[in-house]
Amino acid sequence: MSPPTLAVFKLASCDGCQLTLLDCEDELLGLSGQVEIAHFLEASSAVRPGPYDLTLVEGSVTTPADAERVHEIRAASRHLVTIGACATAGGIQALRDFADVEEFSRTVYARPDYIDTLATSTPVSAHVDVDFELRGCPVDRRQLLEVITAYLAGRKPDIPNNSVCFECKRRGTVCVTVAHGTPCLGPVTHAGCGAICPAYGRGCYGCFGPSGSVNLPALIPVLHRDGMDDRDAERFLHTFNTAAFEKELRR
Amino acid sequence: MTHRGSRVLHVGSLARVEGEGALHLSVHDGAVTDARLRIYEPPRFFEAFLRGRVYTEPPDITARVCGICPVAYQLSACAAIEDACHVTVDPALRELRRLLYCGEWIESQTLHIYLLHAPDFLGCDGAVELARTARAHVERGLRLKQAGNAVLELLGGRAIHPVNVRLGGFHRTPTRHELKPLAEQLKRAADDAWQTVSWVAGFDFPDAETDADLFALAAPGTYAIETGTPAVLRADGTLSTFPLHAFLDRVHEEHLPHSTALHSTLDGRRHLTGSLARFAISGRWLSRTAVEAARAAGLGDPYEGVACRNPFRSILVRAVEVVYAVDEALRIIDTYEPPRHPHTEVPPVAGTGHGATEAPRGLLYHRYLLDSEGAVADACLVPPTAQNQGAIEDDLRRIAQAAIDEHDASDEELTRLCERAIRNHDPCISCSTHFLDLTIERT
Repeated sequence: MSPPTLAVFKLASCDGCQLTLLDCEDELLGLSGQVEIAHFLEASSAVRPGPYDLTLVEGSVTTPADAERVHEIRAASRHLVTIGACATAGGIQALRDFADVEEFSRTVYARPDYIDTLATSTPVSAHVDVDFELRGCPVDRRQLLEVITAYLAGRKPDIPNNSVCFECKRRGTVCVTVAHGTPCLGPVTHAGCGAICPAYGRGCYGCFGPSGSVNLPALIPVLHRDGMDDRDAERFLHTFNTAAFEKELRR
Repeated sequence: MTHRGSRVLHVGSLARVEGEGALHLSVHDGAVTDARLRIYEPPRFFEAFLRGRVYTEPPDITARVCGICPVAYQLSACAAIEDACHVTVDPALRELRRLLYCGEWIESQTLHIYLLHAPDFLGCDGAVELARTARAHVERGLRLKQAGNAVLELLGGRAIHPVNVRLGGFHRTPTRHELKPLAEQLKRAADDAWQTVSWVAGFDFPDAETDADLFALAAPGTYAIETGTPAVLRADGTLSTFPLHAFLDRVHEEHLPHSTALHSTLDGRRHLTGSLARFAISGRWLSRTAVEAARAAGLGDPYEGVACRNPFRSILVRAVEVVYAVDEALRIIDTYEPPRHPHTEVPPVAGTGHGATEAPRGLLYHRYLLDSEGAVADACLVPPTAQNQGAIEDDLRRIAQAAIDEHDASDEELTRLCERAIRNHDPCISCSTHFLDLTIERT
């Protein structure tokens, strides 16, 4: 029996999440023995046509061409997993959703008429069915390996839905909010990174997006107490997962 | 098929580069009439949405321009904003920044050498295929890359989009004790880096020569990485420098319809940034080991100010730079004394600041205009890919023309050769998603 095929595709993104796969230095060669890498442009010139058993998609949909391409990718994939904040929540480029994209285009480009872009940056799930969404800007290496291994074994990935606070406690990090009054999005942010920011003495800035069952509006007064005004709090939430936190606030 | 008459070669999606690009080559009666690296990476508008953000945010935000060189973005942003605020960062913290940057150089240059570039010289599709016949080499590359990532993870919290960088320095600085295991890993990496040079020195290099001006930062006394003055080495050997605040007066960008990246020129001429430029401008400041590595690789004597102008041989220079970065990281760890404070305070000041550092792919410039509250009024980022695109296209024309003149190369050969010519520079195409607004259209 031939090994399952793996494909990696990229939409609007920084390449960081697919690089995470290449950063699995200890596991990369072992993994490549268990799957056939059928489409992964950053790693190989050999490209085989679909269907693919497992497809990882990085990046958000920001152009009419990508809005079409994402349907082709879905049609060629048995399982479709989105990796990273761009693919699961629109990424930082979703800041255009709350602005005038034509004005953005005029600001950045001498010839905005050459630029073909959508007014929004949307997650893959806004266009096609997605089997699993892995959060993070960037995704976590261990979580990415867990997702790939799970699909290879035909089981559901074991990715807990709790918040960064759980990871801080497990790591034994003193709470930066309680001890130092540092504004921190840890209580409302999806776990996965291992609570790095508080371990380095700064508040979580929410790069994994909202966790599953949180009361985001309840955190706002705490941010105010810790010295943020309304605009600071808004900026804090409107960064790498801007559309996802916005949805959570309006819920 | 006959190779005379008109033909058009097209590669729809380039492999083993960072980001998304395509290649287009037109040949008419044996003459290359058009060579284009088309960048179709969707625009992401960083320069637009940075406006109105607070001055402390660009280091975290601009890291997201590129997952492969986030530290370059973080440190160019810090340099520019600290310049605007007239702050000089504690020397011990500057050394620690250089250590972090060495981690990125080791990781990113090794990625380029082993995963993107070496497969071209060995006739295979990628590193995984290469591992079937040369597993020990690929394992060495992954180990070396891991050592770079270890530096990033310890100092930055994680390898991609580190969280520990802030204006004025770091959120937290490491203890001497914490750096110890890193030094052990880097000592092993020093062997791997040296062997990488020996390995790539055995490759077969096509003849080629760029006549573009070489452009890199210069910081006499050291191999410029995280700081320096823009320096230009012209093809006739003349070297000149100019102040960083004049960057946008000298480097001009033009928006062409075939690409979302802007084409730039330096004083109206094509220029190239990156390893070849750095080696030519700062080679004499490499460490002794790196100088020996350069000599052993056949690059000549860096103390004599040697330049390498063959883009195919950039893999050699990159390997020498990895030897240097490992050496330099060990030197910094060896002399490290934890600074008294993890960062120097940076109070906001209204004004304009300029910052530039040497990203693995080349010179990366940032400029910010701040108001008195510290809000960003205007941002301008000029990444290496946008600067190199003209020189890369010139390489394509030159290399394709030579192959046609020499042996009437077939379409397949030309395509393969052009793809290689692009991977010589590994254009970091994700970086091309943001541009200047200073080009004036005249009709």
